[in-house]
Amino acid sequence: MAVKKREKDLTLLEKMYIPEIVKGLSLTMKNMFKPKFTMKYPEEKFIPPASYRGRPVLVMEENGEERCVACGLCSRVCPALAIEVQAAETEREKERYPVKFEINMLRCIFCGFCEEVCPEEAIVMSKDYELAFSHREDAIYGKDKLLTPVIQLKDRIEFLRSYK
Amino acid sequence: MNIWMILLFSLVKIFIIVNVMLITVSYLVYFERRVSAWAQNRLGPNRVGWEGVLQPFADVLKLLLKEDIVPDAANKPIHTLAPIIALFVAFTTYAVIPFGPSISIFGYTVPLVVADINIGILYVLALTSLGVYAITLAGWSSGSKYSLFGGIRSSAQMISYEISMGFSVGGVLLLAGSLRPEAIVEAQQGWMWNAILQPIGFITFLVSAFAETNRLPFDLPEAEPELVGGYHTEYSSMKFAGFFLAEYANMIVASAMIVTLYLGGWRFPYLENFGLSAGWFAIISVITFFVKVAALLFFFIWVRWSLPRFRYDQLMNLGWKVMFPLSLLNIIWVAALIMIFKI
Repeated sequence: MAVKKREKDLTLLEKMYIPEIVKGLSLTMKNMFKPKFTMKYPEEKFIPPASYRGRPVLVMEENGEERCVACGLCSRVCPALAIEVQAAETEREKERYPVKFEINMLRCIFCGFCEEVCPEEAIVMSKDYELAFSHREDAIYGKDKLLTPVIQLKDRIEFLRSYK
Repeated sequence: MNIWMILLFSLVKIFIIVNVMLITVSYLVYFERRVSAWAQNRLGPNRVGWEGVLQPFADVLKLLLKEDIVPDAANKPIHTLAPIIALFVAFTTYAVIPFGPSISIFGYTVPLVVADINIGILYVLALTSLGVYAITLAGWSSGSKYSLFGGIRSSAQMISYEISMGFSVGGVLLLAGSLRPEAIVEAQQGWMWNAILQPIGFITFLVSAFAETNRLPFDLPEAEPELVGGYHTEYSSMKFAGFFLAEYANMIVASAMIVTLYLGGWRFPYLENFGLSAGWFAIISVITFFVKVAALLFFFIWVRWSLPRFRYDQLMNLGWKVMFPLSLLNIIWVAALIMIFKI
């Protein structure tokens, strides 16, 4: 049997195991008193950083209107075909608005393409990660669930502006 | 004391010990999971009851409700017999280990040990050797190659470590001049613990105890990554729980043995000089014993989550070329101590 030469032979002290074992034991002992990484989840929630891509939402201006102009780019770019937009005309300055804006959360893959493609900064990824449904119908989020006040999305929008 | 009283006291003691053992075993599993979590910066099970204290009961209930699967290739009688042997050995071994001084109840003197027999240590060594059969038979009767590997490894490992274990005990027996566990505890007055008098023997015994109980770093018979659980791969439900229970019960027995042989048993150093009443003396002694055993159990768990597994050839090298000569050296050392200091 060919004996492979080691890069570094063990010293006598290392061969005696005991000092090395003590070293290993002290390491685990030190770790036992370190702060724990795990969170007690339902009681203690994880607050994601601005770069986190959670549930996509529509931005709602201070006056209660959506920013979206229903151009349909998001639904075109969506690789999972999760977004459905139906445009309509409006008297307001922007001339178009979505009558119907639905995201199927069972299809959404949280890629963030919709947010990236949006010319109006009207759809952004929020920090919401708690998505659970008991019916398939519940998973289709309409405008009522998607519209989120702009104040709540401030740091995500700032993050997008600094990196876009 | 007539025969009926002896029987009654023995039954009460057996009842207490078996129940304490079962509860300790279930909490040891919980404790193991918590300690492993702490060592890895996790929290561990903390959902069932306050901080997860009811977790052991949930585990047992879950195992009870599982389907008991016996593989087609298995030798059914032996497949059933193996966990029974494992449990039998694990629970009967404890009988000779004293956990406190003699106490007097209703005018009777009751030693706090189930069976105060003269060949106690020999009895423990003999029964723990029987434990190998459980694992080997389990491995063989399962009709699976992984189980067979586990069983073979276990028998080879246990045979090689039994020898150094026996020789390490030799040193203790020389000093105490008796095979009676009570006498060995008596011999370790004050700080004259065997662990201090014969550190080499203590270390060899400790390492052998790890190998005997199949704990990491010597858990080759069950080595999850390579043998998919080893000898208990083909076991499920309560038969698996039996092996699990036996493993942890063996850990308790090993800790209690180490405490009795090397760490002064139930003796709190110089407690007899404090002038306490007999009742308090007994209570503190029993508590001392349990604290010592608990500390050792923590050590067992701590080591498991710190050290990697030995390779098979390293294990055999260590057993035959290191532990065995060291335990012989220990006997010479103890003999020299006796010669020089006339202990």
